Amino acid sequence: MEFAELIKTPRVDGVVLHRPFLPTVEGTLCLTGHHLILSSRQDNTEELWLLHSNIDSIEKRFVGSLGSIIVKCKDLRVIQLDIPGMEECLNIASSIEALSTLDSVSLMYPFFYRPMFEVIEDGWNSFLPEDAFKDLESMTDEWRLSEVNKDFSVCPSYPPLVAVPKDIDDETLRKVATFRHGGRFPVLSYYHKKNGMVMMRAGQPLTGTNGRRCKEDEKLINATLRPGKRGYIIDTRTINVAQQAKARGGGIESEANYPQWRRIHKAIERSNVLQESLIKLVEACNDQSHNMDRWLSKLEASNWQTHVKEILTTACLAAQCIDREGASVLVHGTEGTDTTLQVTSLAQIILDPSCRTIRGFQGLVEREWLQAGHPFQQRCAQSAYSNSKPRQEAPVFLLFLDCVWQILRQFPCSFEFSESYLVLLFEHAYASQFGTFLGNSAAERAKLSLPEKTVSLWSWVNRHQEIERLTNPLFEANSLVIWPSVAPQSLLLWEDSQYIDVIYITIIIIIIILFTISKKYYYDINA
Amino acid sequence: MEFIRLPKVENVKLLDRVSPRRSRVGTLYLTATHTIFVENEAGVRNETWVLHSLVCSLEKQAATSSGYPLLIHCKNFQVLHFAIPREQECQDVHLSLQRLSQPESYEELYCFSYKPNVDDEERQNEWDFMNLKADYSRMGLPNAHWKLSPANRNYKVSDTYPADLFVPESATPPVIVGSSKFRSRGRFPTLSYYSKENHAAICRSSQPLSGFSARCLEDEQMLEAILRSNPCSDFMYVVDTRPKLNAIANRAAGKGYENEDNYSNIKFQFIGIENIHVMRNSQQKMLEVCELRSPSMSDFLEGLESSGWLKHIKAVLDAGIFITKAVAEEGVSVLVHCSDGWDRTAQVCSVACVLLDPYYRTLQGLMVLIEKDWISFGHKFSHRCNHLVGDPKEVSPVIDQFLECVWQLMEQFPCAFEFNERFLITIHSHIYSCQYGNFIDLNLLPSTHSLWSYLWTNRTDYINPLYRPDHSQTQGLLRPSTAPYCFKFWRGLYNRFDQGIHPRQSVEDYLRTIQEETQQLEEQLASHKQSPTASGLILLPQDLNQTSIFSLSNSSDPESGIADLSCRSPLSEDSTRDPDSDEAVYSAA
Repeated sequence: MEFAELIKTPRVDGVVLHRPFLPTVEGTLCLTGHHLILSSRQDNTEELWLLHSNIDSIEKRFVGSLGSIIVKCKDLRVIQLDIPGMEECLNIASSIEALSTLDSVSLMYPFFYRPMFEVIEDGWNSFLPEDAFKDLESMTDEWRLSEVNKDFSVCPSYPPLVAVPKDIDDETLRKVATFRHGGRFPVLSYYHKKNGMVMMRAGQPLTGTNGRRCKEDEKLINATLRPGKRGYIIDTRTINVAQQAKARGGGIESEANYPQWRRIHKAIERSNVLQESLIKLVEACNDQSHNMDRWLSKLEASNWQTHVKEILTTACLAAQCIDREGASVLVHGTEGTDTTLQVTSLAQIILDPSCRTIRGFQGLVEREWLQAGHPFQQRCAQSAYSNSKPRQEAPVFLLFLDCVWQILRQFPCSFEFSESYLVLLFEHAYASQFGTFLGNSAAERAKLSLPEKTVSLWSWVNRHQEIERLTNPLFEANSLVIWPSVAPQSLLLWEDSQYIDVIYITIIIIIIILFTISKKYYYDINA
Repeated sequence: MEFIRLPKVENVKLLDRVSPRRSRVGTLYLTATHTIFVENEAGVRNETWVLHSLVCSLEKQAATSSGYPLLIHCKNFQVLHFAIPREQECQDVHLSLQRLSQPESYEELYCFSYKPNVDDEERQNEWDFMNLKADYSRMGLPNAHWKLSPANRNYKVSDTYPADLFVPESATPPVIVGSSKFRSRGRFPTLSYYSKENHAAICRSSQPLSGFSARCLEDEQMLEAILRSNPCSDFMYVVDTRPKLNAIANRAAGKGYENEDNYSNIKFQFIGIENIHVMRNSQQKMLEVCELRSPSMSDFLEGLESSGWLKHIKAVLDAGIFITKAVAEEGVSVLVHCSDGWDRTAQVCSVACVLLDPYYRTLQGLMVLIEKDWISFGHKFSHRCNHLVGDPKEVSPVIDQFLECVWQLMEQFPCAFEFNERFLITIHSHIYSCQYGNFIDLNLLPSTHSLWSYLWTNRTDYINPLYRPDHSQTQGLLRPSTAPYCFKFWRGLYNRFDQGIHPRQSVEDYLRTIQEETQQLEEQLASHKQSPTASGLILLPQDLNQTSIFSLSNSSDPESGIADLSCRSPLSEDSTRDPDSDEAVYSAA
């Protein structure tokens, strides 16, 4: 298929662009296969380059012959284009609609994008499971790297290499996989160096209504316990939801079969409920009535903050079990690809200082989200403005980033990165020139040959200029566990601050002054 | 002292609201001015001091296994939950505190017994620190349009107004006196703020005694004079900050609002800010939400909404923005009033000043503003803050709302204010504590101390390190967004004493440490230049980058290793400065 067929009008002059907090720009609008471009053709004015895949929905308005297109983006930006001429406006609108809803992955921009920068370190090779395992090996010899899933046949959503207890052979893993949702047998998520406790994740056990059991599954998870120790199973579903899952073949680990484990149920919402929550939140933020009661009741009704609180609370619980109780933890929900990952990744942010660095955070996203099989493409296909019926969309990753932001606000000096980094990941998860967030699992990414055909987001981020932009000037390595507060008063709404740049620059200036004075002092003394 | 029935109770429990495990056992002492709880734990000398004048309410609860509970709510939003072993002891403490926290005469107020080590001359200097005339000269007054009027020199025209007032050049004494007779409590229209750039002014007064049809020629002339003192404009706004219904109800009592037909060239505008009773109830409801034990997000947001508190804060800010726009953008003068012109009017005028003039966003400026628009114009602090035993219906958090409006603006414009949140909280505490004489409406001031001078002396504690007076976004007029999501719950004030919920690291403290260090190095550098021989004695930090880092993390919290820097109580601040490690190194040198 040729993109040209979809572009009815490639170019319109005299288009006016309106963006929040920015001056309007008048210029020429061009449509290409992947971008909507507005350029004033003057120096010093910023051009707009918007990926079609970033467009969530559009609205058309007409006043006389002047048409306006309101473009609502997946990254939650809303821009307006005033287009002279009714026909041009209609053509542009239908072209954008067609181009922004292309279904085929192989037509996505990352397959066409050629980097304008030199790739120093290929991000596709930066976070290989074997490298992560080398770090683990330096701390413990109780785990091994299994190749049981090398052709993705045991578990289609797992990577080819996974860390499992040393005493468990591949045959056992195959059996366990048949007992867990989506073949997601328990694997290592995190090893707590301080006390040797571990966090594992899995899919729900397939006990069904007649209480099926799997000796191999019991053996596998018991193999992670020290003699005489008990562990905790954190089920992200309420007990009712978990019981209901039995009817569909799912279920819970019964106390009788897992006597060494204590099960705790939490209530993290999933899929459609979250998508609706995001839609309601964004709608509340855009409410033009400026009525305080209405805002607060809409904010409350969106339940967004409740989800943030619930996820953080569960992550704190997991971290507490490991660090305070000295117990190992197994986390799962239903599939083990959404709420489970929110909990395991946030618990690591709390426990492990290395996850709070720029590179460490990439490693975390890579391990606990991309390789762990969070279906990014399904979850991020639509955002808050989409008019079409949600299918499998849900802001699971965005909620994770929001929770990280909450912790960052409470510990502003403990993260190497700033808020901009989280915003960047949010944007790229929904629309990107890079291939990192394409596909739903390692298997799909391999099939699409993403490492060969696209550029990794990490190749771009891990360059000097970008790192500098994303660095938190207040960072001081904090080697300790950081316990966030989850009181409602402590949780804020993650909004876009207009003045973040001013603050950032001011902080930099203050630090530079100290540095200059220190240097002067040093040289002067040594002179 | 005769009111103390029991000076000391042993084995008292101080309960922790959030986690009962953290409760502490100790001895409770009652002194003439404070309730003091001293923890028994060996090795630590942990004391909790509560000023009697800060006690807002006392509540005895049904006995529990840990004793007889006594709940103390403070005006600075501290809540103390004691459990006292015996019923009689609890009763005695309750009765003693009830009397001690409600002084019956001014002489009992804490400011008359607060005696820091300062001689009389210094104390006099403290009071001379604040000079309102200097602020009016800063505005360029008096000038060709505005003059200083001696009309109220002896407080004869209005006993709640200051002696020195600015009125339009053309306002004659008969006009002033005539107008004052037509206004509640004699509070005639007078100047609050003058904009040098465009001659527009903010004036304030009380409501006119217009009833259904009464007129007053002098009052009409007074407004005409205000209008004429702004040569660039041919009309002025009259802003009634009350809801229209309230204003209409006042007409039946012979009061009311200006009739546009009787005054030439005025545009009359209602801005519905609710009255003191609505505000008191609203804050009470919000505080109940703050005190909920582990609320869900919905409990909290629903509670916050039904309290209406943020809606009222928005109303005050919206009113301030209306006036700001009139003055700065249209160049039109505004007369603001409510009923008596000392509550809503004070709020709205002072909020407008903060928005208009960068000076009021400095440390000194905010103090001047409170002195001018609140103290000098007769805000009834003693009634509103319940300094003395009195009518509970007169109590209202009017000044709290002003301070919160400033805080909301600081959240939106983090680089536009010279002072920090701690400054606002300290002012708030001392408005209620009666430690200083500033908020006591009585001419006994010379025997008390002034808060302004205390704050100024300790100003380094209150500086916002992010302040950028040179930045384009912070100069001139502030244009805040009033979208509801821009209004936040002020955790730092209302949940100030709930340590667990505050950020565990503070950007502000971090930057302040860096700035202090920079200053130290500069001083060292200067002294080194003077005496080069000293160089051999100075210890050099190993890694210059780490010096700032070290000083922050050395006072670590056992749980997270994070210095708990954000929860220092401003009231005891003067005694809790931690010497940081670098200071120690340098002073040893």
